[in-house]
Amino acid sequence: MKQGIFTIEKQVALTGNIFEMTLLGDISEIKAPGQFVNIKIDALYLRRPISVCSAYGGMLKIIYKVVGSGTEKMSRMKEGEKLDILSGLGNGYDVSKSGDRPLLIGGGVGVPPLYGLAENLIKNGKKTTVILGFNTKSEIFYEKEFAKLGCDVYLTTVDGSAGIKGFVTDALSKDIEYSHYYACGPEAMLKAVHKNCQSEGQLSFERRMGCGFGACMGCSCKTITGNKRICKEGPVLSSKEVLW
Amino acid sequence: MVNTSVNLCGITLNNPVIPASGTFGFGYEFADIYDINILGSISVKGTTLSPRFGNECPRIAECPAGMLNSVGLQNPGAEKVLSKELPKLKEKYSKKIMMNVSGFSVEEYVKTCEVLSKSDMIGWFEINVSCPNVHGGGLSFGTDAKSIEKVTKAVKKVTDKPIIIKLSPNVTDIVTLAKAAEGAGADGVSLINTLLGMRFDLKTKKPVLANVTGGYSGPGIFPVALRMVYQVSQAVKIPVVGMGGISSAEDVIEMMIAGASAVEIGAANLVDPYACKKIIEELPAVMEKYGISDLSGLKGEL
Repeated sequence: MKQGIFTIEKQVALTGNIFEMTLLGDISEIKAPGQFVNIKIDALYLRRPISVCSAYGGMLKIIYKVVGSGTEKMSRMKEGEKLDILSGLGNGYDVSKSGDRPLLIGGGVGVPPLYGLAENLIKNGKKTTVILGFNTKSEIFYEKEFAKLGCDVYLTTVDGSAGIKGFVTDALSKDIEYSHYYACGPEAMLKAVHKNCQSEGQLSFERRMGCGFGACMGCSCKTITGNKRICKEGPVLSSKEVLW
Repeated sequence: MVNTSVNLCGITLNNPVIPASGTFGFGYEFADIYDINILGSISVKGTTLSPRFGNECPRIAECPAGMLNSVGLQNPGAEKVLSKELPKLKEKYSKKIMMNVSGFSVEEYVKTCEVLSKSDMIGWFEINVSCPNVHGGGLSFGTDAKSIEKVTKAVKKVTDKPIIIKLSPNVTDIVTLAKAAEGAGADGVSLINTLLGMRFDLKTKKPVLANVTGGYSGPGIFPVALRMVYQVSQAVKIPVVGMGGISSAEDVIEMMIAGASAVEIGAANLVDPYACKKIIEELPAVMEKYGISDLSGLKGEL
C-alpha cells in the first residue's frame, strides 16, 4: 500500500455514466491485476474504492460508473486536477493459475479489472477468451479494446440489442474451452458463473468498505477457509472457498 | 525543545497519541507502512472471550464529516488473540499496549481479562462497556451506573494492570457513569465511544447498515467529545483518555486542554493510514506555535 498524489491526465465518458480516468503517479505498489485503489474526494469523508483497469509506466487507468456522490464528483473532474490515492490494495488475481487457455468473465462495471488481467495474460502468451456482459447496447464499453489485445471476445446483452441475448452464462454454454476462469461482476453473476463452471476459478467481489486496507473490518465475509476481509484477503476469492 | 510525553496511570508515553480500538486491528499490519513504535501506545481491537464474526455487511455508511460503523466486535477470541495476534504485534512493537476488552456478562469480562493477563505486553486494560453495535452486551452495561461498578470491581480483582473504563456518549449524563467507574476503583476512563446513528438508502428506502443502526465517528463528533471530556475531567480525579473525531495535532492539543491526559485517534486512521504518524510528527511544531512547552501541563491551565 502506498499513498500518493495522482494527476488526472485524461477523462473520457465511455457511456452515459461510465467514465475512464487516466492518472499519472507512483504506481509501484500495484503488483497484480485485480487490485484496487482508494480515492479521497474533496468534502467526502470516506475514500472511494475503484478497481484498477490498467497500470504501467507511471500511468493508472480506472473505469468507474457514477453511482453516488463520490463518483459523481469524480466524473466532473478535469485534466490536471489532483487526487489523493491509496494504491496497491487487495490481493488481485493470481495469474500463475491461468493455464494456457484462461477465460475472463466480466459483467458491467466488473469488466475493467479484467482488462489489466488480459494484458498480463496475453503478454505471457496465453490464449485468452473474454465474455463481456452488459444490460443493453448503449452500456457496452471496451469490447474493441479486448479484441485489440488479441482476446477472443464474446459479448452478451440482457435485452439482445448486441451480441448473444442473455447473460454471460449464455455465452458459457457455447462450448468455450478454458483452463481456468477469472470473473468480476455483480454477486448474482459470480454465483451463476460458479454454478456453470465446474472447475476452480477466481472471483472478484465488491463490498461497501470503510478503510480499504484491512483496519476496520467493515467488509468482512465468511468463507470455507475462515473469515476474510474483502479489501485485504480479497477482493479476489477462489470459487472453492466462497460460501454462497 | 517541547515535551510531548505524558503519564497515563503511572506509565509514561513519549507522546499522547494512541490509535483507538477497532481502527488499527492488532497494529502489526500498520508496521508495513511505518514504524509503529513512534505511537504513544496502541489500543488493540476489542476482544471478547469467544470468537465473533460480528454483524452482517454492509457495516459501513458514510456521513457528513464522518462515518457509521456496525462491525459488531469481530475478533478471533481471547485465546487466539493471546497466542496469535499479540505475538505478531510484539515482533513489531516494543511498548505497552492498551488491551481493549468487551463482554456480554460480568463473568465474561473477568474471564477475558484473566486469559489476556498472561501477555506481558499489556500496560492497561480498556474495558469497553459502550459498544453500540452488539445486542445484549456492551452498551447495556455502559448506560447503567450499577453495571459499570460491578464490571469495574470484578475486573479489578483479577488484574494488577490499570483499568480504564471506556464510556458511551449515548447516555443522559456521562459524568454520573464516569464517577461510578471511579468510585468502583477504575484507574482511568476513556471517552467517547461512537454516537448511535442511522442512515437510509433513498433508492431502497431501507437502512444502509444491515444492523440498522451504527456508531457515528469522525470530525463531526469532535465538539461533543470535547464537551464530555471537559465535563468528566472536571468531575473525576482519575485520568481521562479523550477521543472522538481527533484528526490533527491541533485537535490533540484541544482535547488535552479539555482535560485529557492522553488521546485516542480512531476514524482518522481509516481515511488516512498515516494519520497518527502525521499527527505525532506535527505535534512539536504546533505546540511551539501556541507556546506550549509541556503537554502534560495543559490540563492544569483550565
